[in-house]
Amino acid sequence: MNEIDIKKEIQKDRRAFIKNVLSGAIAGSLLVVIPAGAALDERLPEQIPGMRGDKSTFTKKRFAFVVDVTACIGCGSCCVADKNEYNVPDGNYRTWVERYVIDDHDGVFVDSPNGGLDGYTKPRTDIPHPVRDTFFVPKLCNMCEKPSCVQVCPVGATYKTEDGFTLVDQKRCVGCGYCIQACPYSVRFLNPVTRTAEKCTWCYHRVRKGLLPACVNVCPVHARKFGDLNDKNSEVYKILREPHVISVLKPGMGNQPALHYLGLRREVV
Amino acid sequence: MNAAAHGETLAAVSNYVFPNDLHVHWSLMIVLYPYITGLVAGAFIVSSLYHVFHIKSLKPVARFSLLFALAFLICATWPLLNHLGHPERAMSMMLTPNPTSAMAGFGYIYSAYFIVLLLEILFIFRPVVVELGKTATGFKKRLYGILSIGSDNVSVKALKLDHKIIAFLAAIGIPMACVLHGYVGFIFGGIKANPLWATPLMPLIFLLSACVSGIAGIIFSYILIMKVSGRKIDVDCVQTLIQFLWGFFILDFVFEMLELFSHFYMATHHWHTLEALYSGPLFNTFWVYQVGIFSVIPFFLLMIMSLIRFKDSLLLFFAPIVSVMILLQVLLMRWNVVVGGQLMSKSERGATTFHPMWFEKEGLLPAIIIMIAPVVILWFIGKVLPFWMDKDSAEAA
Ligand code: SF4
Ligand code: SF4
Repeated sequence: MNEIDIKKEIQKDRRAFIKNVLSGAIAGSLLVVIPAGAALDERLPEQIPGMRGDKSTFTKKRFAFVVDVTACIGCGSCCVADKNEYNVPDGNYRTWVERYVIDDHDGVFVDSPNGGLDGYTKPRTDIPHPVRDTFFVPKLCNMCEKPSCVQVCPVGATYKTEDGFTLVDQKRCVGCGYCIQACPYSVRFLNPVTRTAEKCTWCYHRVRKGLLPACVNVCPVHARKFGDLNDKNSEVYKILREPHVISVLKPGMGNQPALHYLGLRREVV
Repeated sequence: MNAAAHGETLAAVSNYVFPNDLHVHWSLMIVLYPYITGLVAGAFIVSSLYHVFHIKSLKPVARFSLLFALAFLICATWPLLNHLGHPERAMSMMLTPNPTSAMAGFGYIYSAYFIVLLLEILFIFRPVVVELGKTATGFKKRLYGILSIGSDNVSVKALKLDHKIIAFLAAIGIPMACVLHGYVGFIFGGIKANPLWATPLMPLIFLLSACVSGIAGIIFSYILIMKVSGRKIDVDCVQTLIQFLWGFFILDFVFEMLELFSHFYMATHHWHTLEALYSGPLFNTFWVYQVGIFSVIPFFLLMIMSLIRFKDSLLLFFAPIVSVMILLQVLLMRWNVVVGGQLMSKSERGATTFHPMWFEKEGLLPAIIIMIAPVVILWFIGKVLPFWMDKDSAEAA
């Protein structure tokens, strides 16, 4: 990685970094002196054990993502980190956060202005009855075991890696939009600049370097968790093994997501 | 706690659309694509009714329908290419297709069908072409030389062989036309994520509406061209076409309604969304226009025209009107399926809106150009291959 790249990376990560520091997540590492010269990813501490040494095309890991609905505070940091990481064009979303408000007449009010990018700083004022419950639900690619997007892509531009990532090859994509129609979770969009399909990748490029996805990295309340299910010490492994209330989105679609929700409510689609 | 007591907490109080669902990605071009392929398949069926099923009264339009089908088939890929973000990569669909993709098959089905249609046209027109080649000069002479597939043998024996080949091509052409259009229906019907599309009836409805639009297209253009060129219209032929149109339209309309009724009757949680769609954003284009005006009226008109033998002038007055109505019905149906399906968000809680613009890449103007193109192409084809058999060439054939 040359110097310009490093600067760019630091630029991109700065906000994430500061957020983490503020939230205390890596406050302890603030004083760590980063040795100059080594590639950025080498200088940051490894966040996914065993990734740095693994140079095989596909790792033997089985990645899973867990979103803790009960923890999310709707700050939108993840959305900001994502937009910065990928330069996502306005009006399109690789990830977003939804706000659910349920009143005491069981009316369910959902919104996600600008995908939650600006954070939910003001309460909704249009709820007719007293609010009985409210929560936030972050959304991203479900990295389906049986991805409809991969099934329908006519040229194989959308494909699945052996370690469970569904990715888009921008050099092959013809921009037909079929995958956008097929994804039950609407996580895909057609990038108006590249004219190809795009979606959340769980930050494959970071993961390959042993770093957590950008959104996971910045979440101040640790509502987004990522790890390897083959690693019995990983948090995601433990959560999925223990008797929690866990669900996936639209299980009836048969896509078998690798994205799990802790404390998911039945109101969530 | 009424709703919650029944697990019914999905009440769509707020119109919530997933942020990425605000865009309608498949717009006018994808409305036109099944419309054009439908016209092709339908016109081919008309020609086969004569060539395979020997409905003699359709003889006047049997050749014309093939040329009509060819003109539209030539343009069938245009809306697709205009729609693609990277049309320069379109060939990878055929060179490196993904076998699990419903879309990847289109190139193959399209090409195969193109070849069959072209061959059938060449064989049918061979005697005419040989005849025309005799009197033509210069470029036209060479063109006719090519079109006669290198043989100017029009002996009785040679023509008999031709007829066998034609019958064979027309026969395999029917299942291929059905596959072509049933398959287009499957491109939508196979998308489980979209409750409006995901029904096994989709290929059938697409196919039936294709037949309907093709027949209507032939009736309209036949009467129009004859009127404009001052030739005599074969009333028997029009009457027969009207009867077939009615027959196919009964099936088409009934299945369209049955599909909706099944959704309503089964009332799965998808019905929530569909109901909101049909009573909201699609109310006008579906209930008022597609069903109310352009299905019910033509349905009864066709019924009366089929059961009662109208005076010739009356028949020739109503036939083009009813045909245009049917053509619009099918166009509306394509719109309601393609665009309508994308209006409901996969959030199951709301709908987005869509208004086509005039001058976008996939806007109204390009759509109109693409719909006019086949007509222009047909006109050029008509300069080379005569639509109708005049006395002389009929005798020669
Ligand atoms: S969530 Fe959508 S884009 Fe992601 S893998 Fe599943 S079908 Fe594909
Ligand atoms: S838009 Fe691209 S990735 Fe999506 S189905 Fe078409 S070619 Fe494949």
